[in-house]
Amino acid sequence: MTTTVIPERAPLYKRLPVVHQLRSSVGLQRGMLVAGLVLVAIFLLTAAFAPLLAPYGFGQLRADGELFGSQQRPSSDHLLGTTVGGFDVLSRVIWGSRTALTTIVLAVALSIVVGIVLGLLSGYFGGWLDRVLVVIADAIYAFPSLLLAILAAIVISNGQASKWGGIWATAISITVVFVPQYFRVIRAEAVRIKAEAFVESARVVGAGHVRIMTRHVLRNSTRTLPLIVTLNAGEAILTLAGLGFLGFGISPTQAGDWGYDLNKALGDVTSGIWWTSIPPGLAIVLTVLGVSLVGESLNDLADPRLRTRRRAAALAGTVGTTTAVPGGVLAAGAEGVAGVDLLEGADATPLAGPTPEDDAGSRAANGDDA
Amino acid sequence: MSTPVVQINNLAVTFDTDAGPVRAVRGVSLQVESGQVLAVVGESGSGKTVTARSILGLLPQTARTTGAVLLSRPDGTGTHDVTMLRGSALREVRGRDAAMVFQEPTSVLNPVYPVGWQIAEGLRAHGGLSRAQARERAIDVLQRVGIPDPEHRVDHYPHQFSGGQKQRIVIAQALALNPGLIIADEPTTALDVTVQAEILDLLRRLPAEFGTAVVLITHNMGVVADLADRVAVMLDGEIVEQADARTLFASPQHEYTRALLAAVPRVGGARLRTAAATEETPEADEPAVAADTAPVVVARDLRIVYPGRLRSPGFTAVDGVDLQIRPGEVVGLVGESGSGKTTIGRAIAGLTAVSEGSLEVLGMEMNGVRERRFRPLRKRIGFVFQDPATSFNPLLTIAQCVAEPLVVHGVASSPQAARAKVDELLEAVQLPRAFGDRFPHELSGGQRQRASLARALALDPELLIADEPTSALDVSVQARVLDLFARLQAELGFACLFISHDLAVVDLLADRIVVLHRGKVVEEGTGDQVLGAPEHPYTQRLLASLPVPDPVEQAERRRQWEELREA
Amino acid sequence: MTSITTAEPTDLVPGAATPTPGRRRAGGGLGRYLLVRFLLIFPTILILVTTVFVMMRATGDPITAAQGGRLTPEQLAERIHAAGYDRPILVQYLDYLGSILRGDFGTTISDNRPVTEVLTTYGAATLELAFYALVVAFLVGIPLGRIAAARRDRGIDATFRVSAVLVYATPVFFAGMLLKLVFSVWLDWLPVAGRATTGTEIELQRNGAGTGIYLIDAISTGDPAAIQDVLEHAILPAIALGLLTAGVFLRLVRTNVIGTLATGYVEAARSRGVSERRLLRKHAWRPALVPIITVIGLQIALLLAGAVLTETTFEWKGLGFQLVQYLQARDYVAVQGMVALLAVIVALTNFVVDVIAALVDPRIRY
Repeated sequence: MTTTVIPERAPLYKRLPVVHQLRSSVGLQRGMLVAGLVLVAIFLLTAAFAPLLAPYGFGQLRADGELFGSQQRPSSDHLLGTTVGGFDVLSRVIWGSRTALTTIVLAVALSIVVGIVLGLLSGYFGGWLDRVLVVIADAIYAFPSLLLAILAAIVISNGQASKWGGIWATAISITVVFVPQYFRVIRAEAVRIKAEAFVESARVVGAGHVRIMTRHVLRNSTRTLPLIVTLNAGEAILTLAGLGFLGFGISPTQAGDWGYDLNKALGDVTSGIWWTSIPPGLAIVLTVLGVSLVGESLNDLADPRLRTRRRAAALAGTVGTTTAVPGGVLAAGAEGVAGVDLLEGADATPLAGPTPEDDAGSRAANGDDA
Repeated sequence: MSTPVVQINNLAVTFDTDAGPVRAVRGVSLQVESGQVLAVVGESGSGKTVTARSILGLLPQTARTTGAVLLSRPDGTGTHDVTMLRGSALREVRGRDAAMVFQEPTSVLNPVYPVGWQIAEGLRAHGGLSRAQARERAIDVLQRVGIPDPEHRVDHYPHQFSGGQKQRIVIAQALALNPGLIIADEPTTALDVTVQAEILDLLRRLPAEFGTAVVLITHNMGVVADLADRVAVMLDGEIVEQADARTLFASPQHEYTRALLAAVPRVGGARLRTAAATEETPEADEPAVAADTAPVVVARDLRIVYPGRLRSPGFTAVDGVDLQIRPGEVVGLVGESGSGKTTIGRAIAGLTAVSEGSLEVLGMEMNGVRERRFRPLRKRIGFVFQDPATSFNPLLTIAQCVAEPLVVHGVASSPQAARAKVDELLEAVQLPRAFGDRFPHELSGGQRQRASLARALALDPELLIADEPTSALDVSVQARVLDLFARLQAELGFACLFISHDLAVVDLLADRIVVLHRGKVVEEGTGDQVLGAPEHPYTQRLLASLPVPDPVEQAERRRQWEELREA
Repeated sequence: MTSITTAEPTDLVPGAATPTPGRRRAGGGLGRYLLVRFLLIFPTILILVTTVFVMMRATGDPITAAQGGRLTPEQLAERIHAAGYDRPILVQYLDYLGSILRGDFGTTISDNRPVTEVLTTYGAATLELAFYALVVAFLVGIPLGRIAAARRDRGIDATFRVSAVLVYATPVFFAGMLLKLVFSVWLDWLPVAGRATTGTEIELQRNGAGTGIYLIDAISTGDPAAIQDVLEHAILPAIALGLLTAGVFLRLVRTNVIGTLATGYVEAARSRGVSERRLLRKHAWRPALVPIITVIGLQIALLLAGAVLTETTFEWKGLGFQLVQYLQARDYVAVQGMVALLAVIVALTNFVVDVIAALVDPRIRY
């Protein structure tokens, strides 16, 4: 054996998720990712600095002893006017970002934990527990999520809405809806990874179930999570807004809630009052748009079929050093001399259909030793 | 001679990748006369597939091409430079002037359309045929590639055909338009050796019966010897040698060609282990094949059934197998896909449950064994998996992976503590210590397979199961891994079950060869017995189907094969 | 198994492929598949109905929830006893399952109507809205998705994709409010809410076919003014709900078609000179259809949830609108009954969709 070119490793910050994707993206995908990140950043900053940014409190009805008044047009006092209940629209929109953020974080964290535990156990051990859980998850998955969330909201808060009561109720409602999704994803990954040679080799070595599950299966099955988290964060905001719109929101004296405000603005629209509905609505749209754009671009970048590759400069130079990403973060798949590998491997993606087992396993991209 | 069917002048192809431009083909010139079979050989990454695809302009958008590919019309009315064609002009050429046969028949047939419709698509794309006429032609061409009952089967879907039949259909699709040239890209790599022989037979008849020239892309020197008139050897995007087949095999000029030919294992060729054993000169304390010691593995009437779903009948993978592996012995298990060879290996390693019969591994009965009882024995068994790309946890370093058995069995408290031993193991498999800190994807296939060997040998096992350890590797890499394997076996003296579909590879290493066919042992004996004078018809067929890398000898082999087929 | 298992053991066996473990479809084919799929409906319904029951009953009994403040404790206890809510929960559950088997989904507390009657009264309206929305979704989502896949990464693809994300990001009720604001209030082109003007509704009830689907009723009256009125009312709700679904369809079609366009069989067809247009419309489309149909089936749920919000926004008096009314009245018997009924509908729809997907896929058909 002769010396081998040791691939250079990129500095740590370049290998972090998102940063790595940002660097490897081009064109439209990069544009979408950047736009999404900017929107998300605005959302996070607004939530963080709401007390500084908002001119009034979320439940404030009067300043200097004077009532704001109901349905006031935008003015210098109230940049976006006031609601039918006499609250300042701009302030409520800004405070609403806090509610949204708290709910997303709680809901996503809860559902990830529950979903991962159930999915991992179910996928790894299989058997009747797995079958039962799969049927349950499928049944719930196919059911209108909003209706389920309504039921959960009734159970948890029984219609009462204190600030944390409302947030928890919503977060748990969303969790009920999301757990089947995480369960399905993690279970599918666990089933796939369980059949991989490296897990079998751990079994052959004599490793116990706990060790295999934590060291080998879990760490490899959570690669797609950042992606699902971003996609679900958007859905969480929409569900929160939907619940608020249907009257399961958080009362205005407790916190800002975009869905609740839209519910109250429904009547205003008919009389042509636009400033009570458009600002909270746009806040929802922009936030969901931000996380969805990030999620969508991450999805594209993770899927070699959907990924756009950079077109190189016209001059064909020497082969550059391959920047290797340990674990690949999201960019799994044939790296390196990708174009050539794709052709030589000639292993087409199997049809996504009822026979996923047909995938004969990717042929190894075998390099020369020398 | 008339104008060549295809003439490639100074072709260069560069791919744009994340890592920058990659020059896959650099200045290749080739030509193929009508009725000729040109083989382009090379290992992975040599640019042979890219060269072939550029003949039809089938490269991805990230490819940039310079040079010329002059393709002639079969009726001799004109020649086009394919690299200059775009859109409909390029479409006209595809299929009419040249057509392609791909590697994986399963993935190149559309699962939701009948095969006849798919053949007719090519015909109708070039116009002039009604639906009925196209169907007529499809039936005709199916008949000619040897699909029985074509009138009926033309309406069947791809999943209703066997693997070999699918490849025949793919060839029929290519032939339907009577192109002047067929480009066959690894046409038999995905097939079993007996099926491969049938397909090679069909391909061999193409120039005579259909008047087409063939460009054959392959890594298999046996296939080259069987089919090719001329051979071009590619290395790193360049042609290093080009000659007619007999000359090339008889007196290879380039160093790489010579190395490549030398690396191909041959049935009945020099055996690695006898060579290794004589070097070591084992005298008294090396009981290589001692008949008196207790065997490490004994299978008696072993049956393994994969249960069917929803009360449908199960699939019997192993059907009454008797097998023994004695300490220090290397047993080669050969068979085609579906023969049950991998299942036997997995059962010995406790990965698949035994259904019936008895399987004793290191003195423990595996029928109905509990994992907890078997676990202590696992440290005495090593396993090398087929695919080096997937047998390492991608998130762990090589050192952590190799240390896994040491940590699990309490020999070392942590991967860090095991590092000294890991370094030793890496050196034993001829990998630099520094590789321990790398991640699996940073190693090449051959390097990974060595690390896999290091992991399997970490606890100095008495039994090693190697499941197709080299089938995913290039030939030259395979030679080195097999060599290392033989040397380590001689040094450490473990017993080994070596599973492979390749008779020649098994012959290199095994003391005894067991031939499996559909879950049953059909023949068993030493390499000389089984491969020198096979008794069972299946073994004879298997052996005759295996193309040897020598055109003269292969011509003789082919004759034997034809006789066997007639019989 | 090993890497070469894709090929069958021998070339000589015609007909059915030799089974390899993991990939087997022994005997029965379509009939067996349909039977298994049909039987799967029952556990699905059972699970959903049970989930609904458990969740609703976790809060206590529905009578207290609905009328807790208005009755004396004695009256309340009497009412609870009369309705049987003081029996052991398991008895109530089995009783509930039994009545569902008989097709009895309970009686509302607030207006004392059987839930099934609520369904028949308001179901037609929801069905009509869902149908319009699906028409919009199919007409917009599928062709645009195919165009986006074919023109991948070009300007038009980018436009469609960003629009699809935007549509997804817009809550359907906010979209509805915007449409109302622009087209009904500012431009005054279309009615603000409802399914028809009061005059038309009276006319439909008198002369219509009585299907409850206003368009059919209006056509049966033969009055062009009525037809126009009904259609004008339907436009905005149909667009609001339809575009939401169209966005999902677009992304779904785009991803799947891009996937099949990259397969070996499309490449092989291309190598024989089949035109790009035909590759897209035949070779890549049909195989992509199976997963598309399956996922579209799952979107029925999305559509129903969207219908609840859309109906509330446009005062479209369907099941969703009615559900929200009952929610506000805290009539949880009605809510429980309606949700359980929707569960049955969802399970049945998914079954039908899977059957269609199976019919498209020859690997299941044979």
